[in-house]
Amino acid sequence: MAKVVFVHPDGRREEHEGSDGQSVMRVATSNLVSGIIGECGGDLSCATCHVFVDAAWAQSVPTKTAAEDDMLAVTAEEPTEFSRLCCQIYCGRETDGIVIHIPRIQR
Amino acid sequence: MQQDNVVIVGAGQAGAELAASLRSLGYLGQITLLGREAQYPYSRPPLSKAYLLGHCGTADLLIRDASMYAQQGVTVRLSVEVDCIDRDAKTVSLKDGETIAYSDLVLATGGSPRRLPNPELANALNVFYIRTLEDVDRLRQRFHSGIRLAIVGGGYIGLEIASVARRAGLEVTLIEATNRVLARVTCPPVSDFFQRIHAEEGVQIKLQSTVSEYVTDAGGDVSALVLGDGERLDVDILVVGIGLIPNTSLAEQAGLGVDNGILVDDYLRTPDPHIYAIGDVARFPDTLSGTLRRIESVPNAAEQARTLAATLLGTPTRFMCIPWFWSDQYDVKMQVVGLSAPDDEVVVRGDVSEGRKLTVYYLRKGVLSAADVVGSPADFAVAKKLIANGAVVDPVLLADPNSNPRSFLKAG
Ligand SMILES: Cc1cc2nc3c(=O)[nH]c(=O)nc-3n(C[C@H](O)[C@H](O)[C@H](O)COP(=O)(O)OP(=O)(O)OC[C@H]3O[C@@H](n4cnc5c(N)ncnc54)[C@H](O)[C@@H]3O)c2cc1C
Ligand code: FES
Repeated sequence: MAKVVFVHPDGRREEHEGSDGQSVMRVATSNLVSGIIGECGGDLSCATCHVFVDAAWAQSVPTKTAAEDDMLAVTAEEPTEFSRLCCQIYCGRETDGIVIHIPRIQR
Repeated sequence: MQQDNVVIVGAGQAGAELAASLRSLGYLGQITLLGREAQYPYSRPPLSKAYLLGHCGTADLLIRDASMYAQQGVTVRLSVEVDCIDRDAKTVSLKDGETIAYSDLVLATGGSPRRLPNPELANALNVFYIRTLEDVDRLRQRFHSGIRLAIVGGGYIGLEIASVARRAGLEVTLIEATNRVLARVTCPPVSDFFQRIHAEEGVQIKLQSTVSEYVTDAGGDVSALVLGDGERLDVDILVVGIGLIPNTSLAEQAGLGVDNGILVDDYLRTPDPHIYAIGDVARFPDTLSGTLRRIESVPNAAEQARTLAATLLGTPTRFMCIPWFWSDQYDVKMQVVGLSAPDDEVVVRGDVSEGRKLTVYYLRKGVLSAADVVGSPADFAVAKKLIANGAVVDPVLLADPNSNPRSFLKAG
């Protein structure tokens, strides 16, 4: 189990547990975290799981694949250097406690 | 007084999304999700992609954790089949006779694969239809290198199965009745593009070809196909992907309008004020084209569910949405946005005969109506925005491989 902290655009925070190997997108949708949709179910086709990884955690997540990078062109909100598609970030020891900022718009 | 109970028939993509959306929007009444399958709602797209390849497990398929439903107070009943609707009593009854009362009833029953009518195939255990996890688990047991696979039908399902099969080392022959693959959903240049890719990957594609005889062995399994031109094809397994038939029988029995789907208005309502339909089974008026549409895609099912949730919570909301869809084949991702019509002007950006990238735009009276985008999420993103804006775009500019699609946004 690993903890994921979601920070909403208005500053509200919520914490949820994910099982090891589960994507942050699934943790969000399984707990009805608003603002993360995950429409394609993690197939890197929709970009509705766009998040900003907290700067302090940027080093703890594996680097993006070229396919994820391509799909960041599709996000509703302008991506930044901290942008990730959270269906590609997995729970585990490295990411236990990760802080994820949710964008204002997702579609 | 009776407590509110939204009863959802069909625990698939649309049903699961509706239950979650109702709770997200603050619905406090009872929610009952009834599903024929044994699994909690799962995503079907990976069934013909990563799951068939063995790249993900069943837990990864779940749309939401099974625990979500209990946490949110959603009653989920699996492996139950709803048998009929009593509109006067406002109840549904299950196969075993149990009745469940509803205040609102949502039909999210999806569809079933169209089957080959041939009686000689009745006992064949090596003929596969692709809709459920169970279907694909059965197929997976036979999906081994060197196996001779024939696929009937050159739609998305057939082509995705062909791609995974080639990756897994099967010998693949695809039989398509019309003169091109994806004929129902796209224009000739995109069909040509995919035919070339599949040929490059070693799929034998037979166009304008039909099966005139299914040869079966002593056990009833298919052992060979005889094609219309007389060619005989020995096979180990057969996959059939010839379309989906919407599951409308419940609605029909209840006297609701049915015509290639359950007929609903633009609020997804049937004429019965307490019965709605969403997802693959719903046929709705499409405001953009002025025709009735039934769309088979995850985004459509999810968006209809979200729209209906708002309506059920007391804010009547029209379903209006630009549809989109995706398909993965080999290393190629196709993303489709909008709805094209056969008489739209087609503008091709890229080379159909080379490479793995292609964007095709559809224009109706100069306005972008749809785009088929292969291998270029950036083009897809731009097309999505252009369509949403109702942008008029210059076909010459669209076709110019040196123009930057992002610049169209400003121009349009
Ligand atoms: C192999 C495959 C690949 C796909 N790939 C893509 C893709 O890449 N992109 C995309 O957008 N879409 C894809 N789709 C389509 C997508 O999965 C469907 O559009 C989506 O599942 C529709 O959701 P739904 O809820 O309407 O129907 P379903 O998900 O089919 O759910 C309906 C459920 O209702 C149940 N049911 C029916 N009748 C009854 C009854 N009387 N009582 C109880 N339960 C009942 C059924 O058993 C079923 O579980 C794919 C589909 C398949 C099969
Ligand atoms: S869920 Fe669709 S890209 Fe992440």
